[in-house]
Amino acid sequence: MENSKKQLISPDVSDQLFKVITAVCALLAVAVMAGFFIQLSWSSIPAIRTFGLNFLISSEWDPVKNLYGAMPAIAGTLVTTGIAVIIAVPLSFIVAMFLVETAPPALSHTLSHAIDLLAAIPSIIYGMWGLFIFVPFMQNHVQPFLADTLHLGATPLFAGEGNGFGFLTSGIILAIMILPFICAVMRDVFRMVPPVLKESAFGAGATSWEVTLDITMRYGARGLLGAIFLGLGRAVGETMAVLFVIGNVQKMPTSLYQAGTTISATLANNFAEAQGVFRSALFELGLILLAISFLIQVLAQFWLNRVSRQMGEK
Amino acid sequence: MENNGISNNHAAGAKSTKISVRNLNFYYGTHQALFDNNIDILEKQVTAIIGPSGCGKSTLLRTFNRIYQLYREQRADGQIILDGQNILDNSVDILELRRKVGMIFQKPTPFPMSVFDNVAYPLKLHFALSRSEIVERVEKALRGASLWDEVKDKLKKSGMALSGGQQQRLCIARAIAAEPEILLMDEPTSAIDPVGTLKVEDLIEELKQEFTIVIVTHNMQQAARISDYTAFYYQGRIIEFDITEKIFTSPANKQTEDYITGRFG
Amino acid sequence: MKKRGLFFRKNLNLAVTAASIFTVGLALIFMGWILYTVFDNGFRSFSWAFFTEPTKPYGIPDGGVANAVLGTIFITLGAVVVGVPPGLLGGIYLAEFAKGSKLGNVIRFSANVMMGIPSIIVGLFVYALMVYTTKNFSGLAGSVALSIIMFPVVLRTTEDMLLMVPDALRESALALGAPRWKATLNIICRAARTGLMTGVLLAIARVSGETAPLLFTALCSDSWPFGYFTQPTSNLTITITEYATNSPFPEMHTRAWGAALVITAAILILNISCRFLFKDGRHGK
Repeated sequence: MENSKKQLISPDVSDQLFKVITAVCALLAVAVMAGFFIQLSWSSIPAIRTFGLNFLISSEWDPVKNLYGAMPAIAGTLVTTGIAVIIAVPLSFIVAMFLVETAPPALSHTLSHAIDLLAAIPSIIYGMWGLFIFVPFMQNHVQPFLADTLHLGATPLFAGEGNGFGFLTSGIILAIMILPFICAVMRDVFRMVPPVLKESAFGAGATSWEVTLDITMRYGARGLLGAIFLGLGRAVGETMAVLFVIGNVQKMPTSLYQAGTTISATLANNFAEAQGVFRSALFELGLILLAISFLIQVLAQFWLNRVSRQMGEK
Repeated sequence: MENNGISNNHAAGAKSTKISVRNLNFYYGTHQALFDNNIDILEKQVTAIIGPSGCGKSTLLRTFNRIYQLYREQRADGQIILDGQNILDNSVDILELRRKVGMIFQKPTPFPMSVFDNVAYPLKLHFALSRSEIVERVEKALRGASLWDEVKDKLKKSGMALSGGQQQRLCIARAIAAEPEILLMDEPTSAIDPVGTLKVEDLIEELKQEFTIVIVTHNMQQAARISDYTAFYYQGRIIEFDITEKIFTSPANKQTEDYITGRFG
Repeated sequence: MKKRGLFFRKNLNLAVTAASIFTVGLALIFMGWILYTVFDNGFRSFSWAFFTEPTKPYGIPDGGVANAVLGTIFITLGAVVVGVPPGLLGGIYLAEFAKGSKLGNVIRFSANVMMGIPSIIVGLFVYALMVYTTKNFSGLAGSVALSIIMFPVVLRTTEDMLLMVPDALRESALALGAPRWKATLNIICRAARTGLMTGVLLAIARVSGETAPLLFTALCSDSWPFGYFTQPTSNLTITITEYATNSPFPEMHTRAWGAALVITAAILILNISCRFLFKDGRHGK
């Protein structure tokens, strides 16, 4: 039978072209990542030349004299992130455990969806709520309660008048923000534990909590660590939720009630009007933040990769 | 005593050879799966390949259309002569090869499109036809797969909405639409119900009038029912190859006999 | 043998269960509080004027957020145009050509890391690359920043969705004699289309609420967003920031809540639709 054949480009060429184009697109993931470092480093050079290593430990901040130090911002980032993680991680763990081990399927299903939706709420909402609702709440109820009723005001950690803005408030809001996120990842890790392992433990007479402690946590230890670091990464770089409530003063954190700053808040506040060395110093702050979060992400991925290899995924 | 393939007993010159396999070795990475295979597949006959799991039956089939090349670590060594050409050679036009050699898989694989578009797909790939020609050929293929009567009013429906047996016949229709010469079937009925299986087996009887068919099957009774020639594979080697009736009634090789009678498998 | 106190073990288990229920309740309370606040305060600002009037400079009464809504739509669409095609194509590469390869692993790792980089860094990056060089803040720069955030998300979800397509389907298409690119684009992407679409929609939901990357790229403005390519472009998130922090007028605060509600509602709707979409898609296979 006579058949008219179609032959456009040689199929070899078209397939090779396809492979190359898609590869180039995929490689953007590496190129852009490298680009971040290159660009920020380049823009930081003037500041690095002016301030040197001292930038990292100095807490001077004088726009008039053009003297800047990164310490308050770095310390603030560490403090708020620390508070957020200390609060959010145990709570996320408990909620994730409840979802996977204890809750009846219908409830677990609904709650699970709810958690995913909550993790999708943009940070600016948390910032707004923080500014208008939570800050007054902290100022009028929580902070007096902690300082006077619990007499924690005597300690240096809770010293000061406290107007609701500051490290404690920021830390708590960050915690609320990253909780659904960490919880969702932990839930996925818990779900990956093979049911047959858990059944064996139950069969040996363990209680639900004991199965979680002995089997699930051991099996999923790396995954849980990965989840924690992902949450940590989220908190470290968070701008909007913190910007509205931290008070924005370049001071070292000495008390939880006091106002301060973080790297991202400093950037957000000052970048628009900054010029010259100031701007370069801000780029250097950005580079520091990039380095910190890059390290956190790499560690998180490292641990999560171990988990999927364990499950024989890839 | 190992017989590397060609029995001296089949009637010489009765049918011509369509595919001639010579010294074929196959590797999955460093693991060798096929050892020095030699076999002649005869034209317009049904050749069944039987043997225990994991012994290389599907592997042989997948060399005939070079589908194994999708996977980097898989490698074939030797000669497979089809119409005078060694298809393992790099100079062969692989798209044309795959038009000539159709393949049906164990699990039915309807494409996510309508029944009509499924069957028209290979036509649009390989030929420049007018709309009416395509309609004509799609009907011809569906008739050829004994599916036309069941789907002629449902041509616009999704291919995935058919029953398992119908889906497999759809895949057969799709495979014969571009008028191949050879049909490779890798356990085509193991995933469908008995009624569907019967229909596919009847279909194979009809199809062999036009196509050379090579079928891998786990089901010995099926092989005995529908094939003209049978090859028994064990651990990557062809132990015996002969007319089906002879293999199943008086096999020359003890291993073949043991497998046929169920002593292992 | 001495037995461990069964009493102790059972009660510990009970205590943990009680604590978990309490915690879940606490979490739900906070979440409910936040959502309630957004909806309650936000609804107060809703009016015809709110949705049709553009933002007005400080002190002028009766503004709306119409230009901001349009601006966010422009900027997000721009991000989709720039970020989604490379993400899709890159995902195709990872799933079809690089399965298990070292290069594939490096790319995947890099994309995962990229997803966790703070969005303000992306803003700085695009500022230096586009705004500083062209001396123009623009909606386009904002789109580029958002597209950089979208890209690794689309890349990874595309890869994951394509990997779910069974190999038998791939082989079927190739066995018919289709060239690789046709098999991939026509058959495989089509088989995974629900999942791919879901991935893109979720990425859109994620970036439409971003503020930090727009701080240094798109800024905001009181005019309609038709200067998208070369001028600051109004958008919802920066408008919220401006109204909430830089303005003493309570009506503007209310309008900020309204804008917050619009964004939240849009994101929630997108997410919920994706859930329904993907559920159907899975059954359809």
